[in-house]
Amino acid sequence: MRHIISLLMENEAGALSRVAGLFSARGYNIESLTVAPTEEATLSRMTIVTSGSDAVIEQITKQLNKLIDVVSVMDLSEGEHIERELMLVKTRAEGDAREELKRMTDIFRGRILDVSDHTYTIELTGSGTKLDSFLDAIGRDLILETVRTGASGIGRGNRMLKL
Amino acid sequence: MELSGAEITIRCLQEEGVEFVFGYPGGAVLHIYDALFQQEKVKHILVRHEQAAVHAADGYARCSDKVGVVLVTSGPGITNAVTGIATAYMDSIPMVVISGQVPTHAIGEDAFQEVDSVGITRPCVKHNFLVKDVKDIAPTIKKAFYLAKSGRPGPVLVDIPKDISNQKCGFSYPESISIRAYHPQGEGDIEQVRKAAELLLEARRPMVYAGGGVVLSDSAAQLTELVRLTGFPCTNTLMGLGGYPSTDRQFVGMPGMHGTYEANMAMQHCDVLIAIGARFDDRVVGNVEHFAQNPRKIIHIDIDPSSIAKRVKVDVPIVGDLKLVLGQLLDVLRRSGRKTCDISDWWKQIGEWREFGGELRYRNSDEIIKPQFVIETLYKVTGGDAYVTSDVGQHQMWAAQYYKFNQPRRWINSGGLGTMGFGLPAAMGVQFMHPDATVACVTGEGSIQMNIQELSTCRQYRLPIKVLSLNNRYLGMVRQWQQFFHGNRFSESYMDALPDFVKLAEAYGHVGMLIEKPSDVEPAIREAFARKNDLVFMDFRTDPAENVYPMVPGGKGLSEVVLSEDL
Repeated sequence: MRHIISLLMENEAGALSRVAGLFSARGYNIESLTVAPTEEATLSRMTIVTSGSDAVIEQITKQLNKLIDVVSVMDLSEGEHIERELMLVKTRAEGDAREELKRMTDIFRGRILDVSDHTYTIELTGSGTKLDSFLDAIGRDLILETVRTGASGIGRGNRMLKL
Repeated sequence: MELSGAEITIRCLQEEGVEFVFGYPGGAVLHIYDALFQQEKVKHILVRHEQAAVHAADGYARCSDKVGVVLVTSGPGITNAVTGIATAYMDSIPMVVISGQVPTHAIGEDAFQEVDSVGITRPCVKHNFLVKDVKDIAPTIKKAFYLAKSGRPGPVLVDIPKDISNQKCGFSYPESISIRAYHPQGEGDIEQVRKAAELLLEARRPMVYAGGGVVLSDSAAQLTELVRLTGFPCTNTLMGLGGYPSTDRQFVGMPGMHGTYEANMAMQHCDVLIAIGARFDDRVVGNVEHFAQNPRKIIHIDIDPSSIAKRVKVDVPIVGDLKLVLGQLLDVLRRSGRKTCDISDWWKQIGEWREFGGELRYRNSDEIIKPQFVIETLYKVTGGDAYVTSDVGQHQMWAAQYYKFNQPRRWINSGGLGTMGFGLPAAMGVQFMHPDATVACVTGEGSIQMNIQELSTCRQYRLPIKVLSLNNRYLGMVRQWQQFFHGNRFSESYMDALPDFVKLAEAYGHVGMLIEKPSDVEPAIREAFARKNDLVFMDFRTDPAENVYPMVPGGKGLSEVVLSEDL
């Protein structure tokens, strides 16, 4: 099953490689991983999307907690949460396709960030499945390039990941 | 007054009460060696290979409650040390490794003797540090010692670039240190302890399964008290031997691949299993699906939450320091005023298994030396009172089976990583810790050659270790598996062109003995151990065809055991 794990860790050189190394050393799957400093400069926050049986996910959270640089860990998918991913797509945009692409972008609440005489660069935010649907909707043969950030997640309401 | 980074490093070791540093000098640690030279409190032991420095520090830590300390240079110094560090990591041994690094401005430029030490050791240390500012040396070393010995112990690496060890700053050693994300558990959750006590009080077929955690946390006394109070059978893993007295009636032997029949059958058929500082590893429970076929309640006490429910499902997990949790459990059991159930039927069953399995046995011979006989004789001659280190292979299993350990920290072996070459340097560490004690290194002609150069270190420091080499001219455990599972195709497991070990020992300035007849075994061991001041290398020519039994083949269940060739 797919899980989305959030963690706070020391904002220090090498902390990221400890987490990434743990996943590869123990054979855990990483679908995506995002990391950036938080409002508290000494901490970074990471969101990892992974999958595995309950036993594997339990081991992943325990092993993450064991890392000295990891301050706290939360399996967001255990409760109510929000997740978002940002995607930039460069498409071919010529002739009739220009109007059609503009319309699809509006329907998916995206924005066209850059226009050239034969391309659009579109920004889209949402869940991973929404981004996938957009790519399906515009048709894969128009796509020149995509870049995705991987999911960032946060708990709803009072669910918080703190020190 | 300002001190150099090198002087600060040594002052930190002094503050930690470090008596011995095991190491080998080189370019990147020259400042530190210079600081070492100019003081007397911390003694440096010069080994002949960095791997041996780590094993020696490891042996030193295993036979005491101290942190082993290692000092090596950058590049090949640290890469040679990696096997030793991984060995210590797998067995949770408290250790601080200080490595030199190329100067900070050269890092990343593929400088001479540069390697990414922090990167290369990351998967096999509890934590590691690269020091980038001379002011960070003291707090980093303080953290390293704290991390190494608290919680689940383990090796910690501190990598110090050469320019940092030469810069100066003021020195004060922090009295205490806190790491915000690191809070090892002390006592266990009392509700969980009560649940555990309830299960133990209701158990009809209970089993105590204790591992290396008991030794590491110095809770052998609490374990013994629990086993005596409850009257339950107890097994100690390879890492836990000596945690409960091996000659006691309630001890059923070691479990696992080469464990006793009764220990394995009791593990398989018990209704309540209490695991104490043990981790259900593949060499202990074999096939986990097979293990799960028999219903039983499992209580698991461990300092490391990630050890719990890693391979088997657990009913009552208790995270905490074993010594404290066992104290809580004993307290709850006593206060309950209740007695454990009558388990005489269970003991009767265990007795039957013991009889069927024939306990541990082998067919002795007048013609050829049986390796088990050597270990039995070693046990007899030393009165069970020696520190015994071992290498890895058949001799390790025979030593674990036939030497009866009644005290913790007497049996020193590489259980998790299974590192050949561990035995001799580990024995050096033990002898430094206990200069007057009897230290025996049980090895084979394969393993000993992986660190034989340390005979030179032993000579330099006059270490009177007794080396018992069970020389069967084969990599015995490999040969055994080839016999069982690979159609007797002994691929590369035969050792030709062995050295004359007697002459080799003599060349290093020691005493060598060749023992070829069973009748010479006991006199030779007596003579060797009577030489209090000499290292004696005993080359026993043992039966090349002997196998280790019982054996639970890899991937099989605990009750699918091969007892001997005849059965």
